[in-house]
Amino acid sequence: MSAPAIRLQGLKKSFGASEIIRGVDLDIHRGERHAIIGPNGAGKSTLFHLISARLPVSAGTIELKGANVVGLKPFEITRKGLSRSFQITNIFHNLSVFENLRCAVLWSLGYRYSFWQRLAGLTDARQRAEAVMEDIGLGKRRDTPAGILSYAEQRALEIGITIASGADVILLDEPTAGMSNSETEEAVALIRRVTEGKTLVMVEHDMGVVFGLADRISVLVYGQVIATDTPAAIRCNAAVQEAYLGTSVSHE
Amino acid sequence: MLVSSRLVTRSRLLLWGGCLALALALPLIFRSSFLISLLCQMGIMVVFSLSYNMLLGQTGLLSFGHAVYYGLGAFATMHTLNALGKDGGPLVVALLPAVGACAGLAGGVVLGYVTTRKAGTTFAMITLGIGELVAACSLMFPGVFGGEGGVSGNRVIGKESFLGFNWGPQVEMYGLIVMWAFVCTVAMFALTQTPLGRMANAVRDNPERAEFVGYDTERVRLLMVILSGMFAGAAGGLTALNYEIVTAETLNAHTSGVVLLMTFVGGIGFFYGPIIGAILITVMQIVVGGMTHAWLLYFGLFFLFMVLKAPGGIASLIAVQRNLWNAGLFGRMLPHYLAMMLPVLILLAGLVGVVELSYALLAGDGVGAGDTATRVLGMQLKLGTPAPWVTALAVTGAGMILTRWIGGRAGTAWNSTLATLHGDKA
Repeated sequence: MSAPAIRLQGLKKSFGASEIIRGVDLDIHRGERHAIIGPNGAGKSTLFHLISARLPVSAGTIELKGANVVGLKPFEITRKGLSRSFQITNIFHNLSVFENLRCAVLWSLGYRYSFWQRLAGLTDARQRAEAVMEDIGLGKRRDTPAGILSYAEQRALEIGITIASGADVILLDEPTAGMSNSETEEAVALIRRVTEGKTLVMVEHDMGVVFGLADRISVLVYGQVIATDTPAAIRCNAAVQEAYLGTSVSHE
Repeated sequence: MLVSSRLVTRSRLLLWGGCLALALALPLIFRSSFLISLLCQMGIMVVFSLSYNMLLGQTGLLSFGHAVYYGLGAFATMHTLNALGKDGGPLVVALLPAVGACAGLAGGVVLGYVTTRKAGTTFAMITLGIGELVAACSLMFPGVFGGEGGVSGNRVIGKESFLGFNWGPQVEMYGLIVMWAFVCTVAMFALTQTPLGRMANAVRDNPERAEFVGYDTERVRLLMVILSGMFAGAAGGLTALNYEIVTAETLNAHTSGVVLLMTFVGGIGFFYGPIIGAILITVMQIVVGGMTHAWLLYFGLFFLFMVLKAPGGIASLIAVQRNLWNAGLFGRMLPHYLAMMLPVLILLAGLVGVVELSYALLAGDGVGAGDTATRVLGMQLKLGTPAPWVTALAVTGAGMILTRWIGGRAGTAWNSTLATLHGDKA
């Protein structure tokens, strides 16, 4: 059928002499929820940075919906329908919640660098930003500057900005990091709701979240994918247990 | 929703209209030619510093070379004026600042392309370099920039008039400046309400995120530099018509520095901040500058005070007071403000005394050092004797102690009032 949402082939990334991503091959199907797990320092965030062009790749190819995207700039990849969130909250601190979301929808609605249209007159941008704002449960914080929101609210806004453009491939980098149990539950429900029908790739440490949400899981260890399978199969995979879950389970 | 937005539009129209009417009516109150020249200078500086804040406040770009666009606009306007000769008329002259705007825009396209590759410190350093480069060029090409003497012209062309104006009298020039300043200010405000204006804020706050919502941050910066250069060029065009002479000083680092200080003192976080800064600093420059040679020293002290005590500028001070007023808390602080006035005045008087005495001693014409009486602050004083120094230092000391004492109590009241204000909000 159609090409996979994301296809990585022989992807490598070195910082100086140290090779962080050591040849990753991975297909992420359209419409699936895919989690990437692995021990600290395995290169999960680096992998995200490569896919979203925040870092240049050293070798290999990245295809987004069948098109090679290596060498593109972040904004060019974003315009091709890939959107990402960050592990460390990355929002517009001095702008209100509503303005944050409106900034996130402007390009996708075709307003580009317009200085001849009034923002107040752009009904579609307002409605879309408001819809996302309700979706992420920040309707009551509309005019609050993003910088003074609570941590959980900022994380929700981070996800809101990521999905607002309507991109169909979403990358979430540790969306529930630093959240309490109840906050995590809400975040998972939110992620499930807003990524309906889209391709989701996420890096996550919370195994409850991973096994509850993901259709497939890839395990990244020392810059290589050692297994990609369904949650049930990953749970029984001997290599995974040895490399990752074994240590993790014994710690917890 | 619709009703309220219509109300907002209507009150905004009233505000803009009121400002325009007030600006046009000012010469009826301030009739002296000195004051009208002052008003002219203010109008020009308002446009210039608003254009500067498009970069500093809205896009987060600290430029040390903004006078380049201002100067290019001024020279282009002046050369066009001179080239027109007898062919032009008052209407053409009235439209000449548009030539300045085009020159500023062209300068923005060329220089912006070089400067906007990076933001932050790199941008600041490149603008500093380019500012120096253009200033150096201005002295190397006397044919274009007029060398030391500058380029002069005459804004009155021909015998006819346009609607009864020929821009000869200063008050007519003032009217022209007000109209241009009004149009530019409305345009710059409108820009803040557009997708580009908002994305400039986004790029200022977080350039990385702006890229990940699909925007090329270099392109946003470049467009803002070009548009800002255009308005600076229009201000330059006005200054060319107003003074009928343009010298290399219009585009050098000093002018770039002044516009930075004006904008900062006024407040970069508010659209109207630079307007306040431009008006205040122009008044200080001309009025205080006319009274004392130590003007730059006072200006420096004032700027230091603002940076340390009110980094948000005067506009932020006004905004806080308005918040207090809206919360019904202003009455709590008012007695403290009034109580502070006397000690602050004493402190200022003492400081002025010390500065003026020192200035007369060090920078005077050499006669002050002895027992000879020198005029300081309108008084005949003997700088060699201890009496004036002791008095000035004593007044300063007393002012300091009083300010500390009363200011401490005001500070306590301020903190508790702010706590109430924020407590009410939460």
